[in-house]
Order: sequence, then C-alpha cells, then structure tokens
Amino acid sequence: MNTQSAKSVALPVATCLAGLACWSLVCSLHFFSTSSLPSPVDVASGFNEEVRSGRLVADVAASLYRVGIGVVLGTLAAVPFGLWLGYYQWPRAALMPAVNFFRSLSPLAWIPFAILWFGIGDAPVIFLILMPAFFTLTLATAAAVANTPEVYFRVATDYDINRMALLRKVTFPAALPQIITALRLTAGIAWMVVVAAEMVSGKDGLGFAVWDARNGQRADLLVCNMIVIGIIGVMLDRLLQCLTTLRSVRWGYER
Amino acid sequence: MSDKVLCLQNVCHSFEGIEVLQDISIEVDRGEFVVIVGPSGCGKTTLLNLISGFHKPASGSMVRLGQTRMVYQSDGLLPWMTVSENIEMGFPSVGTRVSRARQLSKLLALVCLESFANHYPHQISPGMRQRVELARALAGEASVLLLDEPFSSLDYQTRLLMRGELVSLLAGRATTVVLVTHDIEEAAQLADRIIVLSGRPARKTFELHLDAARPREPTDQIVVAAMRRLLDHLGLLNADLIKRSERDKDAWAAVSV
Repeated sequence: MNTQSAKSVALPVATCLAGLACWSLVCSLHFFSTSSLPSPVDVASGFNEEVRSGRLVADVAASLYRVGIGVVLGTLAAVPFGLWLGYYQWPRAALMPAVNFFRSLSPLAWIPFAILWFGIGDAPVIFLILMPAFFTLTLATAAAVANTPEVYFRVATDYDINRMALLRKVTFPAALPQIITALRLTAGIAWMVVVAAEMVSGKDGLGFAVWDARNGQRADLLVCNMIVIGIIGVMLDRLLQCLTTLRSVRWGYER
Repeated sequence: MSDKVLCLQNVCHSFEGIEVLQDISIEVDRGEFVVIVGPSGCGKTTLLNLISGFHKPASGSMVRLGQTRMVYQSDGLLPWMTVSENIEMGFPSVGTRVSRARQLSKLLALVCLESFANHYPHQISPGMRQRVELARALAGEASVLLLDEPFSSLDYQTRLLMRGELVSLLAGRATTVVLVTHDIEEAAQLADRIIVLSGRPARKTFELHLDAARPREPTDQIVVAAMRRLLDHLGLLNADLIKRSERDKDAWAAVSV
C-alpha cells in the first residue's frame, strides 16, 4: 500500500474504528441508559431489523425520490432563469434582491404553507426542497454569467456565433463549473431539508423514520437512521463531484 | 485608393467625457504590416476596437474593406473548448466536414500543435495559447488581422520566438496586419510602418517606414536603427548615442520618416 492510499483509506477507517471503540467504551461504563445512548451493538441489531423489515430501503428510496425530483425540477427551472438574469442587466437589477431574499429565507419557514397547500406526502416535501434548490441555483448561475469575462462574448461576436448558439457555446459552458459547484451545495441543502420536512409532513422517508424512532423511544433506530442519513449525504456529494471530472469543465477548477 | 484596406480620417473618440483618441488619420495598404506603438492606456486598444467595428467613432470616418479578426492580449480562447474546437470557430460555416478537417490539420501543423489538438487551453503553455489564437484568427482567411498586444503576457524568449512564428505564419498570405504594442523592439522587428501615438488623448506623433524583409533579428542593423529613431523621438535616447547612430548611415537610409 503506498503512502497516498494509506492516507486516503487507512486513516479514515482507523478514525472510524477508534470512534466506534470510544463509543463502545462509554456505553460499557453505563453512564447513560440504553434509551438515551444505545451501544454500537444495539444500533447494528436495529439496523438489521430495519433492513429485514424492508422499511429502511423504502425510507431511503422515498427520501432520495423527493430530493431527486426537487433538485431536478429546481435545476431545470433555475438554470435557464439564472442564465437569463445573468445575461441581462435590467432583469438582474430588478429581480436579484428578491432572489437573494428568498434564498436567505430558511426553507423550513415554508413548512406551514407547504402543509396548508399540499397536505401530507410527497408534494409538500418536494416543494420544501424545490424552494432552496431554485433560489440557490438561480443566484449562482446568474452570478456566474454576470462574472463571465467580457472577452468570451467579444470572441463570440468576432466569430459570428448567433444568439441561440451563444447560449449553447458560450454563456452556458462559461457558467457550468460554478453551476456544478452550486448543484453540490444545493444537493447538500436538499438532503438536510428533506429530513426536517419529512418529520412534519411525511408518512415515510428517513426524516419520518427519525421522528418515528423518537416517538417509539427507539434510540437504536434513531442512531441507525442518523448514520444512514450522513452516509447518503456524503455519497450524494461524491456522486455530484463526478461532474467536476468532465474534461470540458476542468478549466473552472484548475486555473 | 483600391489597395487601401483601411482608411481612418480625423477619427476622434471619447468615453464618458474622457477624450481617448484625437484626430487620428491612418491609411493602411493591402498586405501592409502596421504597428501602432504607444504608452499603456493611451487608447491603442480603443483604436483597434474602432477598426474592428466594435465601437463607432464619435467623429471622423472609418472605411474598412473585408473582414477583420482580432487576436487578444491573453485568454481569448474559450477554455471549455479544445485547441481544435477553438480553431474550428474560425472556419466559415460553409464547407464540408472533410474540407474543414483538412484545413484544421493544416493549421495545427502550421502552429506546430498537432499533438495538442485535444488539449484544453489551460493544459498548454501561454505561448501555445497565443499560437492557437493566431491559428484561429487565420482560419477564416480574414483580410485584416488585428493584434492587441498579442505577446505582452509572454516572457521575453517566448515573445522573440512568437514574433518569428507570426512572420512565418503570415508568409505567403496577403493578410493586412495592424498590431498594437508598447514594445518598440517588437515594432521594429515586425513592421513595414510604425505609427507612434502620444499619451491620452492619443494623437499620431510620428511615423516610420521600414523597408526590409522579414524575419528580422532584434540585432539587425535596421531593427536597431529603427529603435534608435523611436527612442530618439520619445526622448529616451541620450545624446552620445544619437551621434553614434548617425555613423550607421546605411541602416539609417533604410529607415525613413
């Protein structure tokens, strides 16, 4: 094993094992009751129970589905809107303060309206994810376009790139590295929001599972779900990070 | 008049009340290599922008025959496109895929970048990037090439090499070139005619014709003589050197005001 892989694999694994050991040690000293701090063994058996019942998989699928739909819809709406805002000064001046306002508003503040308008189930949760996704991505895209060096548009004019081709060949690719960064940020926000949203307006999903475990006083399941939420959050970011390896966007990260 | 490609008459220009160009008249012949020299910020780039049609002159007239292509100081390549894709932008939209591919490989060979065709601009050196820009500008057979301090971001050695490459790229083409720079050595090495502009608002203060073949080395007599003339005009030459330069009669003869 070379030094690099030792650093990137062995060290995190060692840290993880050390953490588990500490956790087990604290539990074995019985400072806390098992209902307030379950041991790793309790959590593992809880995990086993959740997997066998099929509930964990169903919850993960439900949460990922909502985040997926929310982020995809948000992206589809925000990127064209952001490109437009970034390119034209007047709409930008008129609408950016409002975009900034809504982006700064915690998505959780929308929970009462989400339930009022959409009831319980997928719709309110997707709405709660859509809000931060749309405004975060709009702002990032518009800023990326507005900060695109003037010379690229000059070159496009010099070489007779027409209006439609301009969007495809210049405006969008120039903003893409920053859009990808914003997408990673957005997915992170969405993954946090989904847990909170499902707690109050879900009937399944990881957030609901956390709340359900709390109501059933199943601390083992609570920790189990927390671990799953954390791991999936990291995996989502890793997945989106793959986008940054596209050859045509590397310039945005290597310069 | 027919072989005049560019004709600026009494052109004035200003930005937000600040006068940038004052009464500039320049005529450029077909195939001529004109270098415009002036201090930084004097309005050289504005002049190129007027010639390219990017700005309209506030007063005076500008007539231009044929298409212009601009080479920028740096970063004029689109970073999300490969070397090939950047050069292909320069091709006119007519033409078959096969003929485009043939032209592309010819241009890549001309700038010695065949093995970098699929590299992105950030993966190659600044000198290579300027070569790609030149190839792109030459791709469309534009009749007037406008170069905005194209080598100023390069180190001295690379700059020398690039001047040589520019000369060989242009050999056998009828391209008219207008290059702006603050580097008088560059001007003396490349130009058929050097036009000196004053500080802002830029006026034409001096014109020098150089009647000698290219490529020219920086140490060639004509280059040295032209540089002395320019330095003399700019008041940057000490008196003893002027006397010495007057002894180089042959070289002076080839450099006419």
